[in-house]
Amino acid sequence: MKRLKKTAGSVAYHGFILLFGFFMFYPVMWLIASSFKEHAEIFQNAHSLIPNQFHFENYAQGWKGFGGVTFGTFFKNSFIISSISTFGQIFSASLVAYGFSRIKFFGKKFWFKVMIITMLLPGQVLQIPQYLLFNKLGWIDTFKPLILPSFFAGPFFIFLMVQFIQGLPIELDEAARIDGCDRYSIYFRIILPNIKPALITAGIFSFYWTWNNFLQALLYIQTIEKYPASLALQLFSDPTSVTHWGAMFAMAVLSLVPIFLIFITFQKHLVEGISTTGLKG
Amino acid sequence: MRNLLSKIRDTLNNDNLAGYLFISPWLIGFFAFMVIPMGLSLYLSFTRYSVLTPPVWIGLQNYKEIFTADPRFWQALKVTFTYVLGAVPLRLIFALFLAVLFSQKRALVGLYRTMYYIPSLIGGSVAVAVMWRQLFGVYGALNSALIKAGLIETGFGWNTHPKTALLSLIVLAAWQFGSPMLIFLAGLKQIPASLYESAAIDGANWWQTFFKITLPMLSPIIFFNLVMQLINNFMVFTQAYIITGGQPFDRTLVYILYLFQKGFTYSQMGYACALAWILLFIIGVITAFIFKSSAGWVYYESKGDF
Repeated sequence: MKRLKKTAGSVAYHGFILLFGFFMFYPVMWLIASSFKEHAEIFQNAHSLIPNQFHFENYAQGWKGFGGVTFGTFFKNSFIISSISTFGQIFSASLVAYGFSRIKFFGKKFWFKVMIITMLLPGQVLQIPQYLLFNKLGWIDTFKPLILPSFFAGPFFIFLMVQFIQGLPIELDEAARIDGCDRYSIYFRIILPNIKPALITAGIFSFYWTWNNFLQALLYIQTIEKYPASLALQLFSDPTSVTHWGAMFAMAVLSLVPIFLIFITFQKHLVEGISTTGLKG
Repeated sequence: MRNLLSKIRDTLNNDNLAGYLFISPWLIGFFAFMVIPMGLSLYLSFTRYSVLTPPVWIGLQNYKEIFTADPRFWQALKVTFTYVLGAVPLRLIFALFLAVLFSQKRALVGLYRTMYYIPSLIGGSVAVAVMWRQLFGVYGALNSALIKAGLIETGFGWNTHPKTALLSLIVLAAWQFGSPMLIFLAGLKQIPASLYESAAIDGANWWQTFFKITLPMLSPIIFFNLVMQLINNFMVFTQAYIITGGQPFDRTLVYILYLFQKGFTYSQMGYACALAWILLFIIGVITAFIFKSSAGWVYYESKGDF
């Protein structure tokens, strides 16, 4: 009897999660299915998840982009922006995190508190003055506004790495110091190699935030040749101009592929990263 | 020469200097991209400024106009508050509910957890916004399924009808409960098993255990998630911009979208800066209120280092 109850509980548990999961997952599956559907089919039998016929040519059509610029260019731009920002973010944040967690200096507590407060400050509020500043510097229609700020350590990433460095035994530093290492070589030789998991976690987040970034691209990039994929997709999908829906869905799917790949490869790090620091909402 | 070198070395290894050198990337960025823009923005909020001509000082005029002569400001506030009050509780309830389910030791739980996180992974992207517009559109999947089921006869514009447009954005927000869910999960794992064991010995049922042990022990995490979700959802932009564009009749005009329109579409930079400061003030008050109230409902076992 008890065993039966347990089995019934198990069935209910998995049944519920799968059913709920189906609704959760339906939009994603629908997007993928639509990317293979023929134009008319997208509207006729809109909810179906299995296309009558797989139209791979949607992908070829979408890849052509618009205005003679292909999605190859847009993806290349996204990759350049995301990878350089990510490098800048990881490097600068690890430096700052080392300073905060291992060095006793005047005013440290104060600055740390300030940093934590800036974490709560919504960035969009600063959009206009930042735009005016970048405009003055002549950075409009360049990648600079999208890349350079990343080299000045975002508080989220600093916080994540501080948590991690504090978990490392201080004896590591002390042993290195006895061996004649100064602050700078301790950072390069002891800290950096030992916080690899934190670097990876921060790297993934940074990459996929910049990859998805839309508002900044919308504000700063004007020439089509410089569009990142997010911006191109939006223009491409303007309801007044879309003529080929299958192609648009195909490019939407393609734009999510890098994020999925990174997520699947580094899944464990990501879950741990979110769990330990409460990163991102 | 050697003396000088070692002197430089000593200076560089002075803790005060080394500390500031290491934190300098953040410190410089803090002043360049935060303090200076904030100062600039505060000044501009007291001016009329259209970028093309230099700013003209008009005192409190912008603020006065916003509060007394700008119905769209009140509309944006109303929309944003409705959105936040809908999206945040839904997200947190789903997140907590599934975190509790996934904290059980069962087969496939790891896989489920990953699958349920995926909407949050892609939710902020343009691709998903574009998809959402189609899903809930007149010729979208939702209508097609409802027609097939015989519930409606012709398609309904879920994201274009004044009554439901905002709802479609709230549903999109609720759909992405993955991050708070993972944070809740981590929190649930921290609760000592001994607490549950003694509750079981005392004969407590599931609900009693949940309300007397799980919720209080989880309260710091609930607090954290609540603050982060509030701030995040007040800032919603991309989805509203792409899916509804603030339409119909400003029914989905979220605050940041309005700010964006004022600043970049109408080139009223001073006015937009004033709008930004008002929003910052509102969020500040709400955050302060939650922090203040937290003493009453958040339970802390120990205090951290900082």
